[in-house]
Amino acid sequence: MKSVNQHSLPGPDDITRVVLPNGITVLARTNFNSPSVVIGGYLPCGSLFDPDEKLGLADFTASGLLRGSEKRDFQKIFDDLESAGANLSFSAGGHTAGFTGRCLSEDLPLLFDLLADALRCPVFPGEQVERLRAQFLTGLAIRAQDTAEMASLTFDQIVFKGHPYARPDDGWPETIQAITRDDLADFHRIHYGPRGLVLAIVGTVEPKAIAGQVAKVLGDWTNPSQPELPALPELKPLKNPVTRKVKIPGKSQADLVIGTSGPRRKDPEFMPASLGNSVLGQFGMAGRIGEVVREKSGLAYYASSSLSAGVGPGAWDISAGVNPGNVQKARDLICKEIARFVEKGVTAEELADSQSNFVGRLPLSLESNAGVVNALLNIERFDLGLDYYRRYPGLVRAVTPEDVLATACKYLHPDKLAVAIAGS
Amino acid sequence: MTKSYSEHLLANGLKVLLKEIHTAPLVSSWVWYRVGSRDEITGHTGLSHWCEHMQFKGTPQFPSSVLDRAVSRDGGMWNAFTYFDWTTYFETMPANKIDLGLRIEADRMVNSLFDEKEVASERTVVISEREGSENEPYFLLGEAVQNAAFRVHPYHHEVIGDLPDLKSMSRDDLYDHYRTFYAPNNAVISVAGDFKTSEMLARIRELYEQIPGGPIPPRLSRPEPAACGEHRLTVEGPGETTYLFISYHAPAANDPDFFPVTVLDSLLAGPSSLNMFGGGGISNKTSRLYRSLVEKELAVSVSGGLSATADPFLYGVVITVHPKRKPEEALAAFDDEIKRIQNERTPVAEITRAIKQARALFAYGSENITNQAFWLGHAEMFAAYDWFLTYLEKLAQVTPADLQRAVQKYLRPQNRVVGTYIPTDAEVQA
Repeated sequence: MKSVNQHSLPGPDDITRVVLPNGITVLARTNFNSPSVVIGGYLPCGSLFDPDEKLGLADFTASGLLRGSEKRDFQKIFDDLESAGANLSFSAGGHTAGFTGRCLSEDLPLLFDLLADALRCPVFPGEQVERLRAQFLTGLAIRAQDTAEMASLTFDQIVFKGHPYARPDDGWPETIQAITRDDLADFHRIHYGPRGLVLAIVGTVEPKAIAGQVAKVLGDWTNPSQPELPALPELKPLKNPVTRKVKIPGKSQADLVIGTSGPRRKDPEFMPASLGNSVLGQFGMAGRIGEVVREKSGLAYYASSSLSAGVGPGAWDISAGVNPGNVQKARDLICKEIARFVEKGVTAEELADSQSNFVGRLPLSLESNAGVVNALLNIERFDLGLDYYRRYPGLVRAVTPEDVLATACKYLHPDKLAVAIAGS
Repeated sequence: MTKSYSEHLLANGLKVLLKEIHTAPLVSSWVWYRVGSRDEITGHTGLSHWCEHMQFKGTPQFPSSVLDRAVSRDGGMWNAFTYFDWTTYFETMPANKIDLGLRIEADRMVNSLFDEKEVASERTVVISEREGSENEPYFLLGEAVQNAAFRVHPYHHEVIGDLPDLKSMSRDDLYDHYRTFYAPNNAVISVAGDFKTSEMLARIRELYEQIPGGPIPPRLSRPEPAACGEHRLTVEGPGETTYLFISYHAPAANDPDFFPVTVLDSLLAGPSSLNMFGGGGISNKTSRLYRSLVEKELAVSVSGGLSATADPFLYGVVITVHPKRKPEEALAAFDDEIKRIQNERTPVAEITRAIKQARALFAYGSENITNQAFWLGHAEMFAAYDWFLTYLEKLAQVTPADLQRAVQKYLRPQNRVVGTYIPTDAEVQA
């Protein structure tokens, strides 16, 4: 049996990175084993630009890009895509609007053309905008009934109070109602442009030709009006514990989210926090949290922790779905585990297990074209360097139990936790 | 790229399917048992699924905490699934670590403990899993529709089982189920990835061939009588959103009619992906039902689903009704579309397009080793691996006449259950 070849991981010798004169960054990696191509990317057009009264505008705009362009109407766009068995979709998060697409190799020129068309000349037809609005409103009505989503949304409102991250990217029913067709066209005209656009392509592609193919459809795109993203205000940590409950009648299960804010992706604490989080509520069947809440107490089908570090500080939280009668019991167990984590950190053995898992799972996360696209975008978004995945095992193994403990103490304060509960 | 596939039968009756794929340094190994929720009698619903949970609770050689840590430490992914017809366990690991997965599955084919304490704690976990599902209107509606569709056939209950049974089943019920159905002659092992067939087969023989086969009881055989009239039902619950779930009795996967119905689904509601892992899907915005329901603002979404099952199951269409419309209006437009496909011969080009879509989805799924190993074994649970290998070919043979015949045979009102989820919080629209 063979050992994992370090050079099957993406690196500077097999990633193509080209910046076009108009500011578009193109990343590509060849996989001739695959008969298809995956593309993915983003541009700085996220909900940070949304006015409070029109929250959801960035997401609405992103979703509207495929509803008709100067060259193709809605039916033509999807007829072209679906007839080729291809797909393309857009959505917006806080900082960026993102897109992802996939097609058989022979249809890549078509996919590029549709992508360029959507990015450059969408027309937001009035009746399509109304159809989308109804879909968004239904989505929000379903969200209001979803105990996990409502607990998570409420958690963000507590932890990110006074910060734009407290706002849901998909808005509220009244803000979606307030958005007009012209708002979408204006948002697109002002914010969409080549500067800050990153596009990754993985599959049966010729690395030398790929930048030229992108330049052909997007190389002459300009938009001098593109504004800089608004600066993020500093996040004020919680001074007291805060608990908030959202009542959703008639539900058999309640969801709870407990935690605080964590580091940014580029902070030096990210790796120790990430490994610590693995021990706390990820490793195996969800780490220590899974062990006490699910395995030992039988309280929940799912219980785990997550760390969502991005451009700004992310949430570091533990979530579980439990019977409404067991909320307090689960909450006590989780808080106790957080306290233990902050007081004693992790053992050398626990850390070694998670380190081994982080390194060992690389081939699995990078086996598909989509996995490699994510890796390339990750490298670009956080400026990690083209050799990041080759250096990764070393970065993981350099973390000590002391680093984890120091990071836990810096971010997690058992006496200042946010607790959000949604259910009957 | 080397791709070869071979089939072997061990002396104890265990069937082994091996497929070399050398695109990534990974191996995915699956053990399949021919037992699922359709083997459960009243009072024991949910037994197969709970038994699957207990398989993660350890053996003398691999206690539960050791088991879990060992796989994760090696960077592996592992899980299990229970369905109507089967229960399966898999490990996908770096190629040089797969031996652990093979050893775990050989061990827990016979040595699982089913400790009384673990049974007690897992009982509430499974109940919690059910309660989580009950939070979803779609689950509640689906369960009611499935129940109404099958009076006789054991496909009538959900895999998770009914609450009274989850409360009352004992450790011995679970252990008996395990000892009865978990035997090499009731199992298939499918392995795909970066290995040499001769080496892999030798190792599988070494680990599995000494496990003795056992008597396997015949499967429950209670065919559902032909439906003789439409069922309509409603489920009421919280929320503001109305859903329609229209389900027709459909052919089994190994019935030649399965392929025309697959094409029908693609034309009506868009192409469904066979990929269990990886691949993603294709949107359905040019499908007939999207055009007539979503584009006409009667619905906000529509999707279709046909399962590959050993016995005839259901073809279902789910419609999320537009907030300003009534479910009756959406159903009437749906029925018009069915009539149209029944009365007007489908252009060949539309079928050709569905085949291209299926081909693309197939290609997307081929990137993923776990998905490859899944299909290698899954197809054996209702037909044979050849079913998967010739899937695109069989779709390509479907003619407009086949489609018309399939619509007339299956998509009749007498052959369906129409379920409506009525939200109790909906505001009355002007």
